[in-house]
Amino acid sequence: MSMHVQPVLAAPVDLNGPGHYLNWGVIQLSVANLVVVAVMVVIFLVALLLPFPKGRGRR
Amino acid sequence: MSTREQAEAPSEPAEASGWTAAVRRRAVRELPPEKLLPDTQPKYVASWIYVFGVLTLAAFFVVLGSGAVLAIQGPSWWHASGTGHFFNSLHLWSVELFMAFMVIHLWGKFFMAAWRGRRALTWITGAVAFLGSIGTAFTGYLAQQNLDSQWIAVQSKDALNAVGIGGYFDAMNFGQMLMWHIVLLPAVVGILVVLHILMVRRHGVVPPLPLKSETTQEEQP
Repeated sequence: MSMHVQPVLAAPVDLNGPGHYLNWGVIQLSVANLVVVAVMVVIFLVALLLPFPKGRGRR
Repeated sequence: MSTREQAEAPSEPAEASGWTAAVRRRAVRELPPEKLLPDTQPKYVASWIYVFGVLTLAAFFVVLGSGAVLAIQGPSWWHASGTGHFFNSLHLWSVELFMAFMVIHLWGKFFMAAWRGRRALTWITGAVAFLGSIGTAFTGYLAQQNLDSQWIAVQSKDALNAVGIGGYFDAMNFGQMLMWHIVLLPAVVGILVVLHILMVRRHGVVPPLPLKSETTQEEQP
């Protein structure tokens, strides 16, 4: 891949390095996993609140 | 009609004997075609939260398809081939979506108490399929053939030995873990998913929880 194309497809966060971790006593959680869980919770809430398009064939 | 003609005439399915006829009668009684493949759904299903079950199923098909392609060339293919790397990434990200959709589906069903109305076995098959998926994902990590898989194998063997199953399920045994990943666990998860969907078809999609005022009225004599 050429150097001109690479920045366009590069990850928004620099992944070339050690991960970042959060610690609460014995509990250790990576920031990456925390972000994934937060995104899942947001998707869950959006799925509950966003109106569903009206379709045919419903009773 | 003569006696001979009567004997040769096809009998009614209800009168047929044998285990195949019994299974057929039971299958049709429990899951008539209009229930097995319905063309309409209740109005309350028109919500995005009901979409995550089928999203999980769609991701599962991509997992199985990409896994089948990887199985043709073997677990080390993706280290040396761009195409192999692509299918390995497709396998990884479809699993990520599969697990994420399944957990959101689980949250939705938990908060609407989806085990109501004789749906306990539907809930249980879903929960066990979730546990089976975790085991399948774990053995998938062990099949990567890189430092990551070696690290996970060495770390997890202590936990498996501590609970006494290391002799039967050895995370350091690559061949055994690969067989669990591509044969045994996918078969278990696949069978549970089929049973889960058939039970959803049989009992229908769980209706929303009743409003508090409706519950109070029902409780009054």
